[in-house]
Amino acid sequence: MNEDVNVVALAVFIFFFVLVTVMGFLAARWRKAANEHTLDEWGLGGRSFGTWVTWFLLGGDLYTAYTFVAVPAAIYTAGAAGFFAVPYTILVYPLIFTFLPRLWSVSHKHGYVTTSDFVRGRFGSKGLSLAVALTGILATMPYIALQLVGIQAVLDVMGVGGGEHTNWFIKDLPLLIAFGVLAAYTYSSGLRAPALIAFVKDTLIYVVIAVAIIYIPIKLGGFDDIFASASKAFSETNPATGQPRGALVPGDAGQWTYATLAFGSALALFMYPHSITATLSSRSREVIRRNTTILPLYSLMLGLLALLGFMAIAAGVKVQNGQLAIPQLFENMFPDWFAGVAFAAIGIGALVPAAIMSIAAANLFTRNIYKDFIKPDATPKDETRVSKLVSLLVKVGALVFVLTMDKTVAINFQLLGGIWILQTFPALVGGLFTRWFHRWALLAGWAVGMIYGTAAAYGVSSPTQKHFGGSADEIPGIGEIGYIGLTAFVINVLVTVALTFVLRAVKAPEGRDETQPSDYTADAGDPGVQVELPPATAASKH
Amino acid sequence: MSQAPDTGREPVVTPVRVVIGLCLVAPFVAMLWVGSYAKTDPVLIGIPFFYWYQMLWVLISTALTMIAYKLWQRDQRARKASKGGAEQ
Repeated sequence: MNEDVNVVALAVFIFFFVLVTVMGFLAARWRKAANEHTLDEWGLGGRSFGTWVTWFLLGGDLYTAYTFVAVPAAIYTAGAAGFFAVPYTILVYPLIFTFLPRLWSVSHKHGYVTTSDFVRGRFGSKGLSLAVALTGILATMPYIALQLVGIQAVLDVMGVGGGEHTNWFIKDLPLLIAFGVLAAYTYSSGLRAPALIAFVKDTLIYVVIAVAIIYIPIKLGGFDDIFASASKAFSETNPATGQPRGALVPGDAGQWTYATLAFGSALALFMYPHSITATLSSRSREVIRRNTTILPLYSLMLGLLALLGFMAIAAGVKVQNGQLAIPQLFENMFPDWFAGVAFAAIGIGALVPAAIMSIAAANLFTRNIYKDFIKPDATPKDETRVSKLVSLLVKVGALVFVLTMDKTVAINFQLLGGIWILQTFPALVGGLFTRWFHRWALLAGWAVGMIYGTAAAYGVSSPTQKHFGGSADEIPGIGEIGYIGLTAFVINVLVTVALTFVLRAVKAPEGRDETQPSDYTADAGDPGVQVELPPATAASKH
Repeated sequence: MSQAPDTGREPVVTPVRVVIGLCLVAPFVAMLWVGSYAKTDPVLIGIPFFYWYQMLWVLISTALTMIAYKLWQRDQRARKASKGGAEQ
């Protein structure tokens, strides 16, 4: 992008980066427990976080740097269609209100660290738990890679990404440093590091959004002018497709896509391992329910942020890569020092989720692959050691991914990841409410959903890409264009239900369920349930 | 809807629980019915209806979830109290 380095912005950026680095290492001492060599300590922060820490952690986790860059970028390129992120995040909270407390309780009761732990315990099936674990890891990896893409966008706009002709090492050095530091403090402090850094991240983000949403419209002549110029830009024909570039309001044809994307994404969000890691780290069941009532503050922020996409158009930002639209808007509109603050917000916004995601993926590997299949007699200390190492490997993998492959590959995989992770919904959420589904039927439904989703996504072409051109395709039998993930999910459920009937009819072995109905409603405050979890905690009666 | 396992004599579905359910379902109906808000007018401080309406729903659904939370808390407390008396 820019050949000149923006020195002031870079200085501010580095200041905040150093600040969070120090915090990341100091976090190891925050609420330190007597025995730190357990996965509960390193991977779940001792399961001790209260309402506000959980709020910051979940907010820092779900609203990633990529979100901040991609949502306004989608609005910038296509208009209304990109706004589905807002209904999506509205629907998430009433949804998790119903099932997340149950997951918290049963996990607390049995010491589950991952969703796969629960699935194995509930259905007595290592195969099903492996499927859930692999899906989680596969879906998380590209997500981590995209956080790097977010940092890269910021570095590019600041001018430190180097021009086209810089040698690759100099070009990628800032990214390598950022990730080296991230890896080091995640390794030493575990989940406590992102939890502490999330405070800085969210404060910065809120300040930047508040300023941007007031300051930029004043400079651009108000929202009337902004939407007028956006409307004009969208009506111009895109030479690649021969269609208008976008629209301010979705047309009739786009409404199914809009609704299915919002709904499917809302179902998928809390299937991601990193969301669950942040949830399980909370102190009590009430913390989670209370959080569903305060987390929507982030959705409001996301909506405002999305509007920045229109402002970028009105401000005349012209970028080939939509991802750069918002960083470029900040660079153009803000004084240098505040642009630095805004870039720091995005950069740190990438570090928090990247840390949590790598911890979540590492926990999955350790608990559901290493312990279940490689070394069943692993001690808690072994588990922690393996998890720490894997969290490093996962990050290195993401880094290699971003540096060696085209950015679109990461985006394609992220798109696939969303479709895949949704296929674990029947086993997890279904399992939280009923034991009716048969474990083999769930496995078959999952497989069919994965195959259909992948094949359908492969078949979508766009003007710029032959495959994986988008996440929406015709819904078989309805004929409207809808989110592939949701279609795959429906097929998955149909297969699961049908096969459950068959398998129950032939009396296929059901597997042992180690949970009891009362486990799903236990709370830390209940009589007989200790705050730290040993499995011996007495059944709580409501 | 999440239902506590019903070990007591009270019915699983009560009027309060129906209200809780409605509070949680309302955002889905409102948001998934895209046709009801896919228009530009009325414009609010220059922002088309489509955008400000959905942002308004962030607040509405927050309020609804909060109501559901309070009602559920009360429901659970009442149940616990009555059951505690019944069992011991």
